[in-house]
Amino acid sequence: MAAQNIPKIMKQGRWIPWLYLLPALVVMSFFIVYPMINTIGLSFSNRDGTASAATTCIAGNPCWGIFENYRYALTAEFDFSSLGDFWKSLWKSSFGNNIKWIVLMTAGTVGVGLAFAVLADKVKYEALAKSILFMPMAISFVGAGIIWKFVYDFGTQRIQIGLLNAIITSLGGKPVPWLSAPNLNTLMLIIVGIWIWTGFCMTILSAALKSVPDEILEAARVDGATEWATFWKITVPIIMPTILVVVTTMVINVLKLFDIVYVMTGGNFGTNVIANRMYAEMYKNFNAGRGTAIAVILVLTIIPFIYFNIKRFLEQEAIR
Amino acid sequence: MNRDQINKFLSGVPVHVIVILTMIVWIVPTLGLLITSFRPSQAINNSGWWTAFSRPSAPSTPSAAVMPRFTLDNYIDALVGYRGRNTYRSDCQAGTQALDLKCNLSDLLNPRGMGRAFINSLLVTVPATILPILFAAFAGYAFAWLHFKGRFVMFAVLVGLQVVPLQMTLVPILRLYAKLGLNGTFLGVWLFHTGFGLPYAIYLMRNFLGSLPSDLFEAAYMDGASHWTVFRRLVIPLAMPAIASLGIFQFLWVWNDLLVALVFLGGTTPVMTYQISNMVTSLGAGWQLLTAAAFLSMLLPMIVFFSLQRYFVRGMLAGAVKG
Repeated sequence: MAAQNIPKIMKQGRWIPWLYLLPALVVMSFFIVYPMINTIGLSFSNRDGTASAATTCIAGNPCWGIFENYRYALTAEFDFSSLGDFWKSLWKSSFGNNIKWIVLMTAGTVGVGLAFAVLADKVKYEALAKSILFMPMAISFVGAGIIWKFVYDFGTQRIQIGLLNAIITSLGGKPVPWLSAPNLNTLMLIIVGIWIWTGFCMTILSAALKSVPDEILEAARVDGATEWATFWKITVPIIMPTILVVVTTMVINVLKLFDIVYVMTGGNFGTNVIANRMYAEMYKNFNAGRGTAIAVILVLTIIPFIYFNIKRFLEQEAIR
Repeated sequence: MNRDQINKFLSGVPVHVIVILTMIVWIVPTLGLLITSFRPSQAINNSGWWTAFSRPSAPSTPSAAVMPRFTLDNYIDALVGYRGRNTYRSDCQAGTQALDLKCNLSDLLNPRGMGRAFINSLLVTVPATILPILFAAFAGYAFAWLHFKGRFVMFAVLVGLQVVPLQMTLVPILRLYAKLGLNGTFLGVWLFHTGFGLPYAIYLMRNFLGSLPSDLFEAAYMDGASHWTVFRRLVIPLAMPAIASLGIFQFLWVWNDLLVALVFLGGTTPVMTYQISNMVTSLGAGWQLLTAAAFLSMLLPMIVFFSLQRYFVRGMLAGAVKG
């Protein structure tokens, strides 16, 4: 690619490049690099950063010394009295919820996005269809939270004004308090996430689908392969790199997700996720040590995906 | 039926059914919000929004008979930040309005209203979009076409920085701002959004600028142009598509952000997302207010999105799809 062969005539001085880089570098160092280091440091201290975390240990309880905040972050939500209790508390904890979010939302957005990209490709009103699916990405998570809070509305009177409960009662069922029902409520929140992000996956996967050379597909069809077989044995392997990129991007987005849970349930009723927990520790309990420890744990879970991103970048650069 | 006929059928009607059904499912929730925002609160709480267009069989109470089916009152209430139990207009007519409302046009700028929040959102978003683009254009040019040590390593780090979550940086920045007196100021939010938008912005600009043919630059330098002239006369005009994509991306991102506005601006200068989340969490405002407020906050992004969709999509695809 042209970028590697910079013409010799452009080497006009050692300092000029830095001049161009300076504003961006300064801002990024201040706002990303410095805080990251500071956050890690704070996670080893007490609630306002004045002493080591070891000082927050309570006598008679387990203590991890300087890692005390991490002990709290990792174990406070669990019930260790028995294996069964631990298992139940795992799935109510923010870690358990994040696992549900990651698996279900990623599968949902990528699956529906891919399926819709394939189907929309076959209809004349493709542009309109894709616009409608993509539209939720333009609105804020707060707006989406309100839209769906309204859909999930649960009323104690006879009339249901929430769409979902109205459908259920008109079919003869009893209305459900979606946002406070245990286990079900996280699923309902995940549906909101899928509603918002499927358009993103669909757009990228659709572009990838369209880049599959027609000749290969034609050859397969001439040889008698069905649409189904063509899709799974030819198309999917070809677009697999893009699918992987979309999956990793979605996992990263899911882990950082804060707004939906904040607006719809505030993290209550067992819907808490890591990002909200961090917010609560920092701005409701004013405990910098614990809040930052949770943030660090969040980043640690993202690191494998950062690694994947950089690896992919290096591979692309090799082709350039 | 033979295989060909089956294939043809399968690409026919069922596809249309599934696609249209999905489109309906996707758009209905937003439709519900829109229709509800135009209904008076008594109507909202006593009937589903899907009945709004059909005539009721018989009015249950005399007041129900005279109640209008659709009204603009919710939007007016949301704009001025009305928090009472009737409507802004009825309160003003009766002279019983709240202390912070004056029943004239100045109420549109009431700090508790969405009108003021709209202006605040604009004040936050526009600079927070322009600054990153400016810095990214410079840095992208440097990464694409200039020689300096550590160029490759730094760019690889940049790629990694794209995924750092906001939460990782909130605490230290908050304390830094407290020392510098930047808490609760617009400048603080502009700088924060710039810092966070830069990795992706530089990545986009660098990829785009790097794909421009090098002969273009060679010719310019052979004619004796300096870096600055090339940047100004060649790079910026050519980079317009990338700048457009970036601009829309960043605009939507900042406009729709809640967390940063929540932490760094708070309630002193509320933006639209903050105002709505406040209505939900602390006041439990009725659906008539929430739906109108939500739709007001969605109006501008949707206009931007629909009119400039092409650029938004292009920005998203850059770097995500090979070839």
